[in-house]
Amino acid sequence: MAQGSETSAQGSRIWRYGRKLSALAATVALTFLGLLFVTFLIGRVVPIDPVLAAVGDRAPAEVYERVRIELGLHLPLYQQFLVYIGKIFQGDLGHSVLTANAVTTDIARVFPATLELATAATLFGVVLGIPMGVMAAVHQGRWPDQILRVVGLFGYSVPVFWLGLMGLLLFYGRLDWAPGPGRLDVFYEGLLDPVTGVILIDSALAGAWDIFRNALAHIVLPAAILGYYSLAYISRMTRSFMLEQLNQEYITTARVKGVSEHAVIWRHALGNVRIPLITVIALSYGNLLEGSVLTETVFAWPGLGFYLTQSLLSADMNAVLGGTIVVGAVFIGINLLSDALYRLMDPRAR
Amino acid sequence: MTTPTTDSMAHARPTSLRRWLMSTAPQSRRQARLGRAYLAWLRFSENRLAVIGLGIIVTLVMAAALAPLIAPYPPNAPNLAERLAPMSSAHWLGTDELGRDILSRIVHGSRLTLYVIVLVAIISAPVGLLIGTVAGYIGGWLDMVLMRITDIFLAFPKLILALAFVSALGPGIENAIIAIAITAWPPYARIARAETITIRNADFIKAARLQGAGPTRLIWGHVVPLCLSSLIVRVTLDMAGIILTAAGLGFLGLGAQPPLPEWGAMISSGRKFMLDQWWVAAMPGVAIFVVSLGFNLLGDGLRDVLDPKSEGH
Repeated sequence: MAQGSETSAQGSRIWRYGRKLSALAATVALTFLGLLFVTFLIGRVVPIDPVLAAVGDRAPAEVYERVRIELGLHLPLYQQFLVYIGKIFQGDLGHSVLTANAVTTDIARVFPATLELATAATLFGVVLGIPMGVMAAVHQGRWPDQILRVVGLFGYSVPVFWLGLMGLLLFYGRLDWAPGPGRLDVFYEGLLDPVTGVILIDSALAGAWDIFRNALAHIVLPAAILGYYSLAYISRMTRSFMLEQLNQEYITTARVKGVSEHAVIWRHALGNVRIPLITVIALSYGNLLEGSVLTETVFAWPGLGFYLTQSLLSADMNAVLGGTIVVGAVFIGINLLSDALYRLMDPRAR
Repeated sequence: MTTPTTDSMAHARPTSLRRWLMSTAPQSRRQARLGRAYLAWLRFSENRLAVIGLGIIVTLVMAAALAPLIAPYPPNAPNLAERLAPMSSAHWLGTDELGRDILSRIVHGSRLTLYVIVLVAIISAPVGLLIGTVAGYIGGWLDMVLMRITDIFLAFPKLILALAFVSALGPGIENAIIAIAITAWPPYARIARAETITIRNADFIKAARLQGAGPTRLIWGHVVPLCLSSLIVRVTLDMAGIILTAAGLGFLGLGAQPPLPEWGAMISSGRKFMLDQWWVAAMPGVAIFVVSLGFNLLGDGLRDVLDPKSEGH
């Protein structure tokens, strides 16, 4: 930016930022409202009569009527929706039939496990995906590029739950390199007081390194399998961002000036794709939360996805819809915020 | 790339049909159309992977159509004497926990796979096309409202939403199809809208409007046909994802119910025996993988031929 830009220019920029942020906030609010509307509708089309479920089918008519009014089901639909929104903003997602806890308590209990798995999976995708994408762009059309293409095609075609099962079969059943399903061996379970709920952090904080090692061994396989998709996505996007940069003139200039090829690729070009890459990583993180439903089921990983499927199978609607709202909210938040981050940080998009 | 003339000389057998198709001065509209289709095919078949993809899809359709003829055993006939038998000449892919032949079940399962993807495409593509073209052509507040709704659906996590829908509607293959279709249409609406906006003010549209064509006729007769090619590419590429979602729902027990030979549900039932009788869970997964790979390869090839924007580089 030019040094001469005065305070008035600064002020107008801040004002523009502010306007963009408020537009973003409106989008987030609207999308979230849409999510709540959909879950509300889903809750209403369930073939189970909520009154009958509460009072049993032998209750007299007046009891039935009283409970119906207590549950607010005599109100017009739009009022019911308002009541529903009000409850959710108070953090009331109802009670789970399966665990008899408040759904919010349940979710708070299982969420750290999902967070741990999704973070490990993203790390896997980032640490392997970015170098792979860079190499594919540098050697466009040659074998690193072909490998990337195969990795991508495989990632978009393979059912992740099947890959998980085959991973367990090979590395646990046959080779015995990996421990079985779950977050810890049974021997270690319950030894640790949950502080953050993330076992890797908790055990490190407590200095219980044998638990840490065990948890690490347990997370490698599910994280690699869950992270495979983000590996495919991140590497492909890195490749196309890098190709775009490498064709630009400043790269030629740098080469002409005698900057080493290593610095040109890893410092100049990769440095310039940092911002779009952050967006891509954030997006793939959001997708992982969703992908964790199947992976967690395969690996008996006691996170949100596992909780969701267990509740689904026992038709525990409050838990299902609560889980949907939480995953949906996180997903929407990550999607829209990464978009906003990109717009705020990329000077060309300002 | 060789030009058509040197190409035909190199092969040294330019049949008359080929010459008729390649004619630069077609005598009829039909000849011109067929000629164009032939050129498109030539371009498509240059991409060997795309041809493999097409082969996989054709095989899938044939397997579904001729399932009772191809499958060596009936798909649901239990034979407890041969429970969990390994792969052999009698049972190429082994048998499952009820002694049913896995190969036969996979062959019959291709019908369910085809049923799911065809229905999802039939439901979601026209919905997306309609919303997108109407929003793009009419514009204004209608565009804003429709696109807002599309964006909201686009921002949802698909699998989770499908799970919630299925849990409300009850498990079953029809409900799984509805749930997937509900989450599948928004990208199509986006594509159709983008295409519509670029051609909305084209001269041929203005000409048609001057001749008195109403909005319905303009959208269906002039806008929709031009959106179709990019939509077909996108739907084909999405097929792989739809197959994976449907299989995922089946695996979770929310899609097709037993004893239907749905591939995802087969993996789920094979899971219990996985460490000892691995083929029960492994083989249906291979089928899912091959078919979605086929759609991905085919979609890539179609994109090169049909989508003019990604063409030429």
